[in-house]
Amino acid sequence: MSAHQITVTVNGRTHTAQVPARLTLVDLLRDVLLLTGTHAGCEHGVCGACSVLLNGKPVRSCLIFAVQADGMDIVTVEGLAPEQETLSILQDCFWETHALQCGFCTPGMLIAARALLAENPSPSEEQIREGIGGNLCRCTGYKPIVDAILLAAERMRGSNAGANDAPPD
Amino acid sequence: MRPPTEPVRNFRYISKKRRTKEDRRFIAGAGHFVADISLPGMLHVALVASPHPFAQIISIDTQAALALDGVKAVLTGEELARATDPLMSGLDIPKVRRYPLAVGLARYAGEWVAAVAAESRAVAEDAAELVEVTYEPLTPVLDPELAMAADAPIVHPDHGTNVLFQRKFVWGAVESDFAAADHTLSFRARWNRSATVPIETFGVVAAWNPATRLMDIWASIQMPKFPDLLARALRLPGNAVRVHFDVDVGGSYGVKRGLKHSVLAGYLARKLGRPVRLIEDRLDNMRGGDAHGPDRIFDMGVVFDRSGVIRSLRIRAVDNVGAHAGRAPFQLGKPVGAIVGPYRIGSVEYEAISVTTNMTPQEAVRGFGQAPTNFALETAVDRVAHALNMDRIEVRRRNLIRHEEFPYTIPSGSTYDSGDNHVVLDKALEAAGYENLLRRRDAARAGGKLAGIGIVCCLEPSGGNASFEPLFNPKNETTTWMEACGIRIDLNGAIIATMGTSSSGQGHETLVATIIGEVLERDPDTIRVIHSDSLTALPSNSPVGSRMAIMLGGAAAKAADKLKQAIMAIGAHRLSVAVDAVIYRDGDVGLAQDPARRIAWDTIVEIAHRKFHQLPPGMEPGLQSMHVLDVPTGGALPTADGRVQMYPCYAFEAHIVYTEIDAITGQVALRKYVVGHDCGTMINPDIVHGMTYGGIAHGIGAALYERFSYDENGQLLSGSFMDYLIPSAHEVPDIEIVDHCTPSPLTAFGQKGSGEAGYLGAPAAVASAINDALSPRGLNVATLPISASMLGELLANTANVPLPIRNDE
Amino acid sequence: MKAADFDYSCAASIPEVCRLLASANGEGRIIAGGQTLVPLLAMRLARPALLVDINRIPDLRGIEFNDGAVTIKACTTQADALASDVIGKHVPLLAKALRHVGHGQTRNRGTIGGSLANADPVAEICMAALALDGEILSQGPKAKRAIPCSEFLRGAMTTALAFDECLTAVRLPIWGHPGGVGSSFQEMSIRRSDFALVAAAVQAWFDGKGICRHIAVVVGGCGPTPMRASTAAKRLIGTRIEETDLAEATRLLQETIAPQSDSHASADYRRRVAGGLVMRAVLEARQEAMEAI
Repeated sequence: MSAHQITVTVNGRTHTAQVPARLTLVDLLRDVLLLTGTHAGCEHGVCGACSVLLNGKPVRSCLIFAVQADGMDIVTVEGLAPEQETLSILQDCFWETHALQCGFCTPGMLIAARALLAENPSPSEEQIREGIGGNLCRCTGYKPIVDAILLAAERMRGSNAGANDAPPD
Repeated sequence: MRPPTEPVRNFRYISKKRRTKEDRRFIAGAGHFVADISLPGMLHVALVASPHPFAQIISIDTQAALALDGVKAVLTGEELARATDPLMSGLDIPKVRRYPLAVGLARYAGEWVAAVAAESRAVAEDAAELVEVTYEPLTPVLDPELAMAADAPIVHPDHGTNVLFQRKFVWGAVESDFAAADHTLSFRARWNRSATVPIETFGVVAAWNPATRLMDIWASIQMPKFPDLLARALRLPGNAVRVHFDVDVGGSYGVKRGLKHSVLAGYLARKLGRPVRLIEDRLDNMRGGDAHGPDRIFDMGVVFDRSGVIRSLRIRAVDNVGAHAGRAPFQLGKPVGAIVGPYRIGSVEYEAISVTTNMTPQEAVRGFGQAPTNFALETAVDRVAHALNMDRIEVRRRNLIRHEEFPYTIPSGSTYDSGDNHVVLDKALEAAGYENLLRRRDAARAGGKLAGIGIVCCLEPSGGNASFEPLFNPKNETTTWMEACGIRIDLNGAIIATMGTSSSGQGHETLVATIIGEVLERDPDTIRVIHSDSLTALPSNSPVGSRMAIMLGGAAAKAADKLKQAIMAIGAHRLSVAVDAVIYRDGDVGLAQDPARRIAWDTIVEIAHRKFHQLPPGMEPGLQSMHVLDVPTGGALPTADGRVQMYPCYAFEAHIVYTEIDAITGQVALRKYVVGHDCGTMINPDIVHGMTYGGIAHGIGAALYERFSYDENGQLLSGSFMDYLIPSAHEVPDIEIVDHCTPSPLTAFGQKGSGEAGYLGAPAAVASAINDALSPRGLNVATLPISASMLGELLANTANVPLPIRNDE
Repeated sequence: MKAADFDYSCAASIPEVCRLLASANGEGRIIAGGQTLVPLLAMRLARPALLVDINRIPDLRGIEFNDGAVTIKACTTQADALASDVIGKHVPLLAKALRHVGHGQTRNRGTIGGSLANADPVAEICMAALALDGEILSQGPKAKRAIPCSEFLRGAMTTALAFDECLTAVRLPIWGHPGGVGSSFQEMSIRRSDFALVAAAVQAWFDGKGICRHIAVVVGGCGPTPMRASTAAKRLIGTRIEETDLAEATRLLQETIAPQSDSHASADYRRRVAGGLVMRAVLEARQEAMEAI
């Protein structure tokens, strides 16, 4: 029924779109903005594959309607690398420890890990498990993901990359 | 055969820590999943599901749905069945017909009865609600044993019975072994229904081009012979269906076999002249995606002597395959190849019974029936130890096949290739600090806690020989399978390798590149590996049965070796010497006597592509090769008494797990998990370890949390992620893997399969730990999953439970 | 899994919320964090004609401490509440409960008011509010009112709010008693971040002599709403909460609750576990109180 004009900033780029009220944020990202890195795994808020940063905080993009995100700042997996053809330290550590197999949960895991490290640059294993506890992975048994985040934390502390490991935006 | 004791070879790339080729795209969010494919004019499908577990479909009124803006078609089962052929069945059950949409009868709650194609998925869902189906409900049958009774409702009336397959195999002197034994025990073990439930659901996009008469299919598929089966069902020639295998599959572990989805989407695409996409949502997936797993009752009989040596087994396995049967009944067949596990057991009786009921159909699940069987076997071994008051490890040591006994032929006809079982078990015990673990357990018990240690030894048969097919269906003479790899070196010297199937996280690109790199002595990172489409592909049977390291890896090794021979021939010719006078190093060809005199890779490539006058006479120009590998030891039909070589290679696992259980809530905490793992040569250790961790996590799910449960009316109670509980990072403990390498004598580099690692032993290991924790209370559980509430009730019902609650009720 | 169509309005003020809800004739629904509502919409188990978004109303955010109570505005996220020093210091029971609510990502969107208005029988925030004698503050088209939590929670997913009324805040009185106050929140959920099967919230005040002067015991998952275990609490007041007191109180509790069986757990299991969790919670609260004395 109702259609709404919204403006969102995604990975530093501003987009304006006309959206039906029932369109979820994940569907906006994937189907309208064609940012297919964010995945829809369950569409009812359990699996975490659709995690994005909304105004800096990790949230389920299947549990918010696009219209509600009007004016907000969103970071998706495509926005994690400092620039094209490069990887953030966190992404590189996921590669190093083979913290994925099929890659489907990976974007959400990276978002959760990024948010965790921004808040806590030296998380314990327990804190990491808490940080990714809302993201389901069916391939890895989580250990390589925990290892990746521990490694990223160590490298980020060493590299002066800043707790955010953030792109210069 | 090479002796199994051959020392581990010194490889350049194989078995080394290397980053995978695939991960790079996924961490950038640049995977290419089926839901990422968007074609101009694409329509979206939503499904109308039966609310009844069993019902006659009286009528379907599509008018209101068709009237909705944006709706292009409403498809019923009748229409689809007229235009397509039934989906294949593995067994000889011609009257059990299966179509993508129910025809006449809806046989389970959630079965697709009609499909809507519309401009968006949301509109398609709106319309699906408007499709009016009139049903006449029938009495369903849900329990597989009740389904076998004479008066049970018949799920497929034309078939006349709910039993789809029943055969009793007797291998060896079971009768006399049972009569002669010191001790007998029997018990029932129950493996309830769970599955792999990948985070990506199944999806397919179909596009029909009337000008070329070609059906393009992008699908999240992991299925042997999918293109052929799809073409046949669509009544198209095989060369009119092009399945694109470059689609990244978001996890499968067996179940991504959406043949019915693809027939449906393909038919609609052709009918409507527009691309059609069917992406299951999670509710479609759990109820109607036909991807549940084994649901099995084991009645076990074991005989053993005083010293703990197991003499014989009687196993009766009843499996509830649900309302339709594709390949699922074969999941009772694969375990024939490891029916005695890693043990020397002289005789076995195995009765396998496959039963249809009004539940969601079963699909292949990681291990193809081996994990439930391993659970039943290991429960038996624990019970033997308990009955004799012997140490569980000692009982295993006495029964495990010894290193020097390999190759070892089991009663059901398979020969195990190699193994070093005792050493792997010892390594796992050492890594687990077993003595300390015992002290920790006993201290916890002294403090009033429930604590236990689980011990499990098991096998992972690998290589995917399909001989369970003729074993379960004499009309099916599939004796084995093949896999292929093609390699090309282009004018610039770059290597391109081709595989003919899709991947769902197994790292096949890394596998192929590593092996080609090893053989051709070129950096694997420089090798491009592509997934071709089904029209350009070489033969493949897809990544099932823990087969790709053996089969795709083996094919890649052979194809690379052919290229190496060609390169050496060109080099030798250029050096004007015989081929045996040259050596190959890093891609260059040099004189064996004087390696400094050599022809460089680039030069040889140029000769092959351009300077035909420098080619050896009669040599094919260009540099390309292919190899189609058949399964080692495969190719024979079963004997009359059902003996056959099932899979070629056998990896071994020893699981040690420590648990503490909350005496009030019954919650199980896994405090330590160690697995000793021997899968021969690991091509890429990170990939093997990753799959093993994941398999254990999945096994923990099957042991504690995951169950497709139904109410007594046949309604699925766990149809979403709120009720079907996949373990999170909180539930899966830190896992330690201890590697061991006993190379297989049958494979290119001594590799065995590992895609099902962990899952094959973890459910049994967790159960073993729980039962050890329960043993001081005289309790035992042989049903999976073991939920907290089940444990809580069990504990509350024992007299001496020191709960801090007086139970006055 | 796409929601059925609906209209959407983002309200700028509380009166506007009431006007919009009234205009929808009972077919309107407030969306706050949406962490429970959106899955219901996606599965088409809820299909309002109008969603009224209250997330951008400034009056609905914030945590205040005055007059011996902590007031938490409805749209305060669970994450903000969990991070709040005021809550940690003055109503620590709520902070303890919040750790069990979903996980980090859902707490970033989920709100205190949304959880209360949703009135799940085992919702941790409802339990804490009930244990703390909280008051629900609401505003309708005509008037504001304060509803004691015990009257607010009417049944499973049912509250005392009218269809055009907006929950604006919850007011939690502080137990500022001499002596020591301790609290504990215990729950049994199958996986860490699942909904609880059973949960217990306890806050207890002990005087300087170690006598329990006041105790609030609430159980969740044992009936249509979180329930106060008043008989059990009465049995404990005036005692030092020795083993026999606790056993007796637990028995009283188990007699008064009538949980239901479902696919996850039987009624018997819930009753037993409720008793066990209450015991753990009481013992932990007592220990905390003793340390505070």
